[in-house]
Amino acid sequence: MARPTDKTLLQTVIDSPLLSLAVLVGFLGFWELAVIVLGIPKIVLPLPSSIAVSLWDGFASGLYLWHLAITFYEIMVGFLVGAASGLVIGFIVALSPLLERIFYPYVVAFQTIPKVAIAPIIVIWFGYGTASKIVITATIGFFPVLANTIVGLRAAPHDQLEMLTAYTATRWQLFRMVRLPQALPYIFVGLDVAIVLSVIGAIVGEFVGAKAGLGFLILQMNFNFDMAGTFAILLVLSAIGVGLHWMVNWAQRRVVFWMDSASDRTIGA
Amino acid sequence: MIGARHNLAVASAARPEASAADAFLRITGLEKVYKTKDGSDVRALTAINLTVGQGAFVSVVGPSGCGKSTLLKILAGILDRTAGEIWMHGKTLSGPSRELGVVFQAPVLLPWRTVLENVMVPIEVQKRDRATFEAIARKYIHMVGLAGFEGKYPNELSGGMQQRVGICRALVHDPSILLMDEPFGALDAMTREYMNGELQRIWLESKKNIVLVTHSIPEAVYLADRVVVMTPRPGRIVDVIDVDLPRPRTLAMQNTPEFGRFVAAIRRHFNSEGILDV
Repeated sequence: MARPTDKTLLQTVIDSPLLSLAVLVGFLGFWELAVIVLGIPKIVLPLPSSIAVSLWDGFASGLYLWHLAITFYEIMVGFLVGAASGLVIGFIVALSPLLERIFYPYVVAFQTIPKVAIAPIIVIWFGYGTASKIVITATIGFFPVLANTIVGLRAAPHDQLEMLTAYTATRWQLFRMVRLPQALPYIFVGLDVAIVLSVIGAIVGEFVGAKAGLGFLILQMNFNFDMAGTFAILLVLSAIGVGLHWMVNWAQRRVVFWMDSASDRTIGA
Repeated sequence: MIGARHNLAVASAARPEASAADAFLRITGLEKVYKTKDGSDVRALTAINLTVGQGAFVSVVGPSGCGKSTLLKILAGILDRTAGEIWMHGKTLSGPSRELGVVFQAPVLLPWRTVLENVMVPIEVQKRDRATFEAIARKYIHMVGLAGFEGKYPNELSGGMQQRVGICRALVHDPSILLMDEPFGALDAMTREYMNGELQRIWLESKKNIVLVTHSIPEAVYLADRVVVMTPRPGRIVDVIDVDLPRPRTLAMQNTPEFGRFVAAIRRHFNSEGILDV
C-alpha cells in the first residue's frame, strides 16, 4: 500500500506546473512542422519561430516600446477614468433611489450601444491623438464597474444591518461599517472585467484612426502582409491583458482578504 | 385564556416592585401584523401584556412560530409594532437604545473584523472611550474561553466560538438591558451549561435586566425569575410563571422535584396545544 505522499510518476507529471508549458511547446512544434510540411504561405500562417524573431526584433529595435507606451497610457488612463466614474455614479445611484429612477434607464440604454459603433464619432470629436482612445476605453470600462458597485452596495446582509441598527448605528455608520466592505468584492469583479475590456477599448480606438499605438502598428503590418509581426503584437497585447488582470487580482486578495478566492463572484460586463 | 389572564394578573400583583412606576419593562396590548407578498395579513403577535420588575431575569419560552423572536426584535427597536404601548425604564420605546445589548440567533459577525474588533462594534458605533472599553472587551473574551483568539478573524472560528463573540459584543458597553434570542442554541451541551452558569453569574453581579428567548424549558426555568410561556398562531402569552428557586442555582438543582414541577407546569401548555417536543 502506497502512502498518500507516494506519488506515481504519472501523478507527478499531471501535478507539475510544467505540464501546461509542455503542451504549449508540443503545440508550437506541431504548428511549425505543419506549416513547413504542408507548405502554407507565410502571409496566411506564419511560422512560430518567425513570430518569435519578429517579437525579438520589435523590442530590440525599440519599435514596440514607443507604441507600447502609447497604448499602455491609453489603457491605464481610460481605465482609471472609466472606473472612477463608474464608482462615483454607482455610489450616487445606489444611495439615491430617486436618482436611480431618473438616470439609470439612460445609462442602460447607453450601454446597449456597441462602443465600436460610436468609436468613429468619438475620434471625430476628440481627434486622432490619445484623447479619443482614452474616451473610448473609459466608456467601455465604465459600465461593469458601475453595475457591480450598485449590486455590491445593495448586497449587505439584512442581519448585519439589523445588528448595527440595534446598537444605534446611523445611516453613515451602516454605510461605512457594512455596506462599503460588503461591496468591495463586487467592485473588484467590476474592475477586473473593466481592465481587460480597457485593452480592447484602446485597440478599437486605434483601429478607427490613430497615429501611434500597438493597434496602429497591427494595421500597418497587416497592410504590409507581415503576418509574423501581427502575431507578435497580439502576443504583446495578450501579455498586457494578463498582467493587468493579475494586478487587479493581487490587489483584490489584499483588500478583500476575508474572502477566499474559491468563492469569487463573477458578474459579466 | 381566562386562566392565563388570571395568572398574569396574579403574577403582576404578587410582586410589589413590578408596579408601573419602577417596572423596567411594561407592555400593553402589543400587536404585530406582517403583510405577506400577496397582500394578506399574518398575525405574529396578539394581545401581549407584560410587566417586569427592575432587575428581573425573564425567559420567553415557546415553540417556533410563536412570535418570541418578533417580540425580542420589537424590544430591540429594530422592528415596528402594529399596535400597543411599550415602556422601558418608564420611557416609551421608540427605537434602538444605547442601554441595550442584543444577542442574535446567528453570531452576525463582520468577517473583515477580528474577534476584538467585532466585540468593539457597539463602542465604535456609540463613540464611547475605546481604551476603557477595550479592557472590558478583553475581559469578556477571556470569560467566554476565547483568550488568545482576539486577533483571529471569524472564518477561523467554529460556529460556537463565533456565537460567544456575539455574546461578548452584547455585554461590552455594559448595557442595563440584555436581550438574547436563543443565544446558546448553536453551542454544544457542555459549553451551553457553562454559558448558562456564566450568564447567571453576570446577572447576579450586575443586576442587569435580561430577556432571554429560548425553546429549552429547562434553560428557561434554570435562569429566569419569570418564565413567559408563548404559543403560536397567533403568537400570544398563555402563562407567566414565577420561578422562586433559590439563587445561585446549580446544575444539580435541575434534578430536584421542585425544578421538575416548574418544567411540567410549562410543558403542560404545549401538550394542551398539541405541540410536542418542546
